[in-house]
Amino acid sequence: MFEVFKKEVNSFLNSLIAYVVISVFLLSIGLLTWVFPETSVLEYGFASMETLFSLGPYVFMFLIPAITMRMFAEEKKSGTLELLLTQPLTEWQIILGKYFSGFMLVIFSLVPTIIYYYSLYQLGNPVGNIDTAGVAGSYVGLILLGGVFTAIGLFASSMSENQIVSFIIAVFLCFILYSGFGSLAAVDVWGQFSLALEQLGILYHYNSLSKGLLDSRNLIYFISMATIMLMLTHLVLKSRKW
Amino acid sequence: MSVEISGLTKKFGQQAAVDDISFSVNQGEIVGFLGPNGAGKSTTMKIITTYLPPTRGKAMIFGQEVTEKPLQVRKMLGYLPEHNPLYLDMYVKEYLPFVGRLYGMKGKSLTTKVAEMVELTGLSREQHKKLGALSKGYRQRVGLAQALIHDPKVLILDEPTTGLDPNQIIEIRNLIKLMSKDKIVILSTHIMQEVQALCDRAIIINKGKIVADGKVNELQGTMQQVQVLSLEFSSPVDLSGLKALENIESIEEVNELNYTVKVSGHEDMRSQIFKMAGEKNWPLVGLKKEENTMEKIFQQLTKS
Repeated sequence: MFEVFKKEVNSFLNSLIAYVVISVFLLSIGLLTWVFPETSVLEYGFASMETLFSLGPYVFMFLIPAITMRMFAEEKKSGTLELLLTQPLTEWQIILGKYFSGFMLVIFSLVPTIIYYYSLYQLGNPVGNIDTAGVAGSYVGLILLGGVFTAIGLFASSMSENQIVSFIIAVFLCFILYSGFGSLAAVDVWGQFSLALEQLGILYHYNSLSKGLLDSRNLIYFISMATIMLMLTHLVLKSRKW
Repeated sequence: MSVEISGLTKKFGQQAAVDDISFSVNQGEIVGFLGPNGAGKSTTMKIITTYLPPTRGKAMIFGQEVTEKPLQVRKMLGYLPEHNPLYLDMYVKEYLPFVGRLYGMKGKSLTTKVAEMVELTGLSREQHKKLGALSKGYRQRVGLAQALIHDPKVLILDEPTTGLDPNQIIEIRNLIKLMSKDKIVILSTHIMQEVQALCDRAIIINKGKIVADGKVNELQGTMQQVQVLSLEFSSPVDLSGLKALENIESIEEVNELNYTVKVSGHEDMRSQIFKMAGEKNWPLVGLKKEENTMEKIFQQLTKS
C-alpha cells in the first residue's frame, strides 16, 4: 500500500497538481475570508471563522474531484491498471494507497489556514475572544468531509475511463450528499421521515461538529460514508471478474 | 509440468473467447502463442496472470491455482501486457525501483538489480529520461525490464514486438532470447517469423480453440504433404518426360523458362529431377524447394 501511496504523492508533486490545488484552495478561501466584502470577517465584526467552514465545503466540492478524477480513470485508459492488478498487490492496497495520497493532499491544503485562526485570535477584542472549541470541531468536520469527498471522487474515478465524466459524477455525488439530502428533506412530503432523510446528508453532521461537540455518532457517520464509498470502488474494480 | 492449463474456458456473455483449451509448458521452453486477432490469445494470458478469472477450467503455475492463490502466482510471473502500458510521467530510474518494491525488493539488492536490468536492456543512456520521452523501442525495453526485475519463473509477453521497426524487432527478440534462459516464456504474436526465430514450440489458436500444438519443425513437417519445387532453365525445354517420375502430381508453366512442380509425399525429389535433367540435357539452372513456412501453416489452420 505504501508503495502506491508514495507513487501517487510523487505524481502529484511532479505534475503540479499538488501546487495548483493547494494554492487555488488557499487563494479562494483567503479572498473570501479577508477581501470580498460580503463574506469578509473584517466587515463582519466578529472573530469567527465561519466563512472558511461554510464555504470550504463548496470549494472542496470542486477541488477534490479534480484531484481524484485521474486516479483510476487515467490508469484504466492507459492500461496501467492491468499492470498494477497483476502485481502482488490486493485491490484494497491499491485503493487505500490512492485514497490516502488524495486525503493527505486535502489535509495539507487545510494546514495553512491555521494562520487564520491565529490572526483572528489576535484580532479579537479582548485578544483570544474566539470560540476555540467550535473552531477545533469545525476543523475535524472539514477534514472528515474532505475524507468523504476523496472517497466519493475515487469511486467516481473507478467508474469511468474518462476523467471529465468521473469529475462530473464526483461533483454531483458530493453535492447531493453534502446538501442535497437536507434540501430534499425540506420538501413537505416526507412527514416523520424528514429528519431521517436530513441525517443522511453530510451537512447535518457537519453542522453538529462545528458546534464544537465531537459526538461519536457524527464521527461514525463520516467514517462509514467514506468506507461505503471505498467499498463501492472495490466492487467496481472487482467487477472486471464478473 | 510447470505451467499447466486444463479445460480453460472464458465466456463473455454468450460468446466463448477461450473455449476449453488445455496445454502445459515445461521449464526452459519458449512457447509461441499464435492466432489471428481475436482468437483468444490475450484472454488466455490475462487468465494466467490472474487479471481475469476463467469461467471454467484451471490454470496452475508451479502448483498454484490462479484464482485460489493469485498473490503467490503473481510473484512468480513477469507480465508485459499488450500495448505495453507505462506511467508516462515517471522516470526510468523511478519506475523500475517502484515495480521492484511492489515485489518486495528493497535496499541494496534492489539498486543492483535495477542497475543490472538497465544494463541488460541497454537503457543506460535513457535512464534519466521520462518514460513518455522514450521511443517505442525503448519503451518496450522498459516494459521487458519491468517484467523481469524480480527474476520471475514465468514470463508472459503479449505481442512484445508489435509496432516496432525491423531493427527494433530484432533487438527485442535478442533480448527475449537472452533473458529467457531457464525461464518459461509464453509469448503471443501474429508474426510467423517470430515463432520460427524465437520459439521451440508453437501453439496455434483459432476462435478460442487450439488447432495445433507442437515443436515448430514438427509442425512444418506434418504440413508438408505436398512439396512445391520451382525449376528454372536457361532455354525453353519440353518437360513432358518428367511425368515418368513417381509422385509428380502436376507441372505448371510459369513462363517459358520457369516451372513449378508439385510433388506428393515426403521424399525429396530434387536429386532425381537433377539426374533426369542431366540425362535429357535440359539446361537446368535453378532447382528450389519452397519451404512450408509457418505462415502457410497458419493460413491453412486458421482460415474460416
